[in-house]
Amino acid sequence: MTSRRLNVIAPVLSTVAALLISAVPIYLQDVNPIFGYERLLFGALGDKLALTETFVVFAPLLLCGLAVALAFTCKFWNIGAEGQLYAGGLIGTFFAVYATSIPAVIAIPATLLFGFLGGAAWAAWPAVLKVKLRVDEVVTTLLGNWVMTYAVAAILFGPWKNPVTGWHESPAISDTTKYPILIAGSRFHLGIIVGLLVAVVFYIIIRKTKWGFELLAIGANPTASYAAGINVKRQIIIAAIVSGGIAGLAGIGQVAGIQFHMETDLSPGFGYTGVVIAMVGALSPIGVVLASFLMAVIVQGTQAMSRATGVPWALAEGMQGIILLCLLVGVFFTRYRLKVAR
Amino acid sequence: MSIPDAALITGVLGATLRLATPLIYGTIGETFSERAGILNLGIEGMMLMGASIGFLVGYDTGNLWLGILAAIIIGILLGMIMAFLTVSIGAQQHVAGLGLTIACSGFSFYIYRVSVEKNIAGGVTPHVTPFSTIPIPYLSQIPIIGEVLFNQHALAYIGLLLVPISTFILFRTRFGLALRAVGENPNAAATSGINVFRMRYLSLMIAGALSAVGGAWLSLAQSGMFLPGLTQGRGWVCIALVVFANWSPFKVLAGAILFGGIDAVQLSLQSVGWDIPYQLFLMLPYLLTITALILVSRRARAPAALLSSYKRED
Repeated sequence: MTSRRLNVIAPVLSTVAALLISAVPIYLQDVNPIFGYERLLFGALGDKLALTETFVVFAPLLLCGLAVALAFTCKFWNIGAEGQLYAGGLIGTFFAVYATSIPAVIAIPATLLFGFLGGAAWAAWPAVLKVKLRVDEVVTTLLGNWVMTYAVAAILFGPWKNPVTGWHESPAISDTTKYPILIAGSRFHLGIIVGLLVAVVFYIIIRKTKWGFELLAIGANPTASYAAGINVKRQIIIAAIVSGGIAGLAGIGQVAGIQFHMETDLSPGFGYTGVVIAMVGALSPIGVVLASFLMAVIVQGTQAMSRATGVPWALAEGMQGIILLCLLVGVFFTRYRLKVAR
Repeated sequence: MSIPDAALITGVLGATLRLATPLIYGTIGETFSERAGILNLGIEGMMLMGASIGFLVGYDTGNLWLGILAAIIIGILLGMIMAFLTVSIGAQQHVAGLGLTIACSGFSFYIYRVSVEKNIAGGVTPHVTPFSTIPIPYLSQIPIIGEVLFNQHALAYIGLLLVPISTFILFRTRFGLALRAVGENPNAAATSGINVFRMRYLSLMIAGALSAVGGAWLSLAQSGMFLPGLTQGRGWVCIALVVFANWSPFKVLAGAILFGGIDAVQLSLQSVGWDIPYQLFLMLPYLLTITALILVSRRARAPAALLSSYKRED
């Protein structure tokens, strides 16, 4: 069995296992799990509204998954996509609120750029600390999430309160920076295309460029890469910056596509789900796209299941965690069988 | 602003130890697991699960101590799951921990909702009468100090006792030596006859039990109810605190009191309606820890085998 097939079998099996495990609590609530899952699928994919709403959730999940996957490729353990998402949202919104007299053709890319830079900056310092001072990035990126979310809250509760509503949200962004809606009568916005484009760029980087090859090499063996003349430190810092930038795009996308102002609860933990997605997608761009869609279906569909059956919505989050844990077990057992067969 | 009066200061100081208590439990637990070489990012989920299960059992039985016992049991179980993932099958520690936290975050609220829905009609949030404080005779009469130190919940006293006890266990017993050896150099430890798997399992079971009690403290002693996300990231504060305290239980106490104090000041400033956004205070523990990480980075004191899985060499 090749590792490529392993990367397909393990996620599929772990998803099935997680659905079976989650069927137990549903069953204990006197709800037929098959009926529950049917509602889930219907609620996520059943009609135009459901499907477009699933894509609305898909966009930030995809970007966070790609962000984490890129960093993990060179073993920079970025747990900070959540904070980088907020940083991107904040900086992008700063630009978008005051960019009132710029035409949309320029304003939207510029807003995206600022969002990218915000997220990139928030990923840069843990990378520099890791490379220069060997400070563990798992802890710094994780703690950075809280520093950033509190910073955003302090700004939105304090100096940048919405002057119109007095609510703890930023002023509204200018109309020219809002993502256009691509399917009339829905919330299917440009950000979904942005996410897919980033996935394509990710694919090209990893498969076709020298930089991508070097990242894979660093991930496989940093010492050998160094010996082979790869500037490991520099590549890790760049990968972290791009990773943070992609997470920043997720943040500004939520502002430009859905909320139209910066909020203290811009993300219900997309950045953490990004880690689940990157792992389930086996760090490959196609895998991450599929895994993001799976998670979007679960998040969106569980709401419908909850309305139809009374099963609490919190099950969605529980299921995400179970899928990841099942995956870790699944990867181990498939590898183990591989060894025995030899 | 007028000069703050003695009552306010006593209030802040008293709240400091109260708010430090869950941090003490969680951080000492995390110290055990990290000393054995496991970064337990499942701690936030363990605290949430302890808060949820502890509350439900306390609410159902009317006996809060049974709630604490239930939290300990669920914490040990979660510690075993974490150990299975990171020790038995060698999964990456941060990924496994995060997965556990995400799962627990969902299921803690799920179980709570399902359980109380059957008992409660209408929109009343179920609550229990929280643990009351136990003033220690005579000592609690001392001005200020008495109120701050000797008029606390039983769990706060136990938490204070845990500091010397865990120091003794970690640094003065054979068990503690074995546990630290496993975290520094598992191969050498195994060569000298220590069962690395067993030590890491035990360290995570201790971590799980203590974190879950820290979580149960939030629902059973502080608020008397359970809410989704009740822990508000206190698990991550504990991760920060372990680093801040250089993996030593006595410094944990100092750090927890510092972080609890920041929280207490923040709460009282909020109540007097001060202008500075209180989020800046909430941010402070994380900033302090990042600064501490940078300062200690040159003398890397973390257990050497932290984050690395151990494979038995056959």
